Amino acid sequence: MTEPTVSIQNVNKIFGQGTNNEVHALKDINLEIQPNEFISLIGPSGCGKSTLLRVVGDLITPTTGAITVNGKNAHQARLTRDYGMVFQAATLYEWRTVAKNVQLPLEIMNYSKQEKEARTNKMLALVELDEFHKHYPWQLSGGMQQRVAIARALAFEPSLLLMDEPFGALDEMTRERMNFELLSIWTKTNTTVIFVTHSITEAVFLSTRVAVMSARPGRLVHDIKIDLPQPRDNDTRENVRFFELETEVREALRESEGRRE
Amino acid sequence: MSARLQKYSAPVIVLIVILFLWEGLVTVFQIEQFLLPKPTVIVSNLFKFVILTPEPVAEDTSEIEAALRSRGLFVSVPEATPPALLEPVMALQVFQFSISGRQIMLVKGANLTPLVQAGLFTLREALGGFAIGSTAGILVALATARWTTTREALLPFAIAANSMPIIAFAPIMNNWFGIDNPFSKMAIVAIMIFFPMMINTVRGLTLVDPRSLELMRSYAAGDFEILLKLRIPNSLPYLFNGFKVAAALSMIGAVVAEYFGGPRIALGVFITQEAALFRFSSAWAAIIIACIMGITLYVIILAVERLVMPWHVSYR
Repeated sequence: MTEPTVSIQNVNKIFGQGTNNEVHALKDINLEIQPNEFISLIGPSGCGKSTLLRVVGDLITPTTGAITVNGKNAHQARLTRDYGMVFQAATLYEWRTVAKNVQLPLEIMNYSKQEKEARTNKMLALVELDEFHKHYPWQLSGGMQQRVAIARALAFEPSLLLMDEPFGALDEMTRERMNFELLSIWTKTNTTVIFVTHSITEAVFLSTRVAVMSARPGRLVHDIKIDLPQPRDNDTRENVRFFELETEVREALRESEGRRE
Repeated sequence: MSARLQKYSAPVIVLIVILFLWEGLVTVFQIEQFLLPKPTVIVSNLFKFVILTPEPVAEDTSEIEAALRSRGLFVSVPEATPPALLEPVMALQVFQFSISGRQIMLVKGANLTPLVQAGLFTLREALGGFAIGSTAGILVALATARWTTTREALLPFAIAANSMPIIAFAPIMNNWFGIDNPFSKMAIVAIMIFFPMMINTVRGLTLVDPRSLELMRSYAAGDFEILLKLRIPNSLPYLFNGFKVAAALSMIGAVVAEYFGGPRIALGVFITQEAALFRFSSAWAAIIIACIMGITLYVIILAVERLVMPWHVSYR
């Protein structure tokens, strides 16, 4: 078996330890993610799925436990730029044009001018925004802004894409279209994706695997393999197996809610 | 009418209405000149119209003309004045025009030249103070954004100092730097401006969207890069708000500081002296000059703001 891209061992996160508002956000998390997997973290709100994502991305330090990413610890992995991040809000810099936003990580990583331009063109073509290089973020719709954010996250070809409810603020129609686009990008780029969501349909449709978390303290209670055929398309949503898996995830979620302490 | 023209014409109409009401009410209620001079009298300090060719025949126009003549805004030259006598008036000419065959000349009023000189002198003090105060405010803000402990130690003082009447230090600054030294006024302006500039800049540098910071961290960006590519651009709207407040404060600061004494060519000194001599219309004319300079400063900052951050919400 190949070496996992991400290995999470016995991770605990306690916010405000030793104070009166101590919050046990993550409890005994163990998870291994294989290269090129698309894994969704799903769970009731406040279950710590975003916290887990940030622990993997070295934006939050775990209280105990260890993270290994591509054979490095999370901190080293961040310094070697293994992560691409996409948040619920596009978080584009409003003073930069679309092209300049995509170039932001490339500037920080000292890419040459030609390389920056080549990658910007490639990425904006990938998210189908070729004609919007010189636009400012406010001139784009929410879905388009999110596509720029994805282009920016992929511009430096990180091995691991961390997505925190990236389509949570979009309407249903846009969201479905973005799901298709994300899948096509994922197939083209061979990245590993950790995707936080609270939509069961989205999780089942996109993922190769769904990890279900329980309410606080956040624990992994189910690990469901999504054995739907690739590539996923409109027929996938009508597949009987799709409904079975949706039901399985839904029941796992309901069960996890019941475990609330 | 274009939306742009409409936007600018509305306040102009309001201004004209106010001026007419002012002129009319002061005339109707016979308010004394030393309480509130008429706008036409104030303006005649700055400009006058000299009528070179004979009186009109129509009654109605002559009545308005007589009124304006009594306010000193219109002056007519008696017929057959030898050209040699007209020469000093011609020297003051700004430009000449003719209406229905009559030759009219716009000339400088008695106080225009001294007031423009005084205005420029005071403007120099204001600009000097503006430059010193805002540079210092921005530098200290950059330092406090870098070292959090400095910020926590300094910010309460800055906020407290911001609510102090800094102008009360004017006599002390006059004592330190000399009453005629423009630096005594610049110092007052600089201190007045320092605190709002610093507080605004600190806010702009620190009130950064946490997601934007996480993004920078995920790229393993250093502190300097975060400052350059995130904190400074983020602070621009706050910085320009600071500049706008500072522009207004700097003109106020310079003029009021001059009330406590200064060289005779200063605008504030001119106003106090004219007021002491009961020459209120020229004091009002000086205030107009101060207003024009303050507004010009503000408009320049607006223009620069537009140039520097065309992406901002206010210009969409």
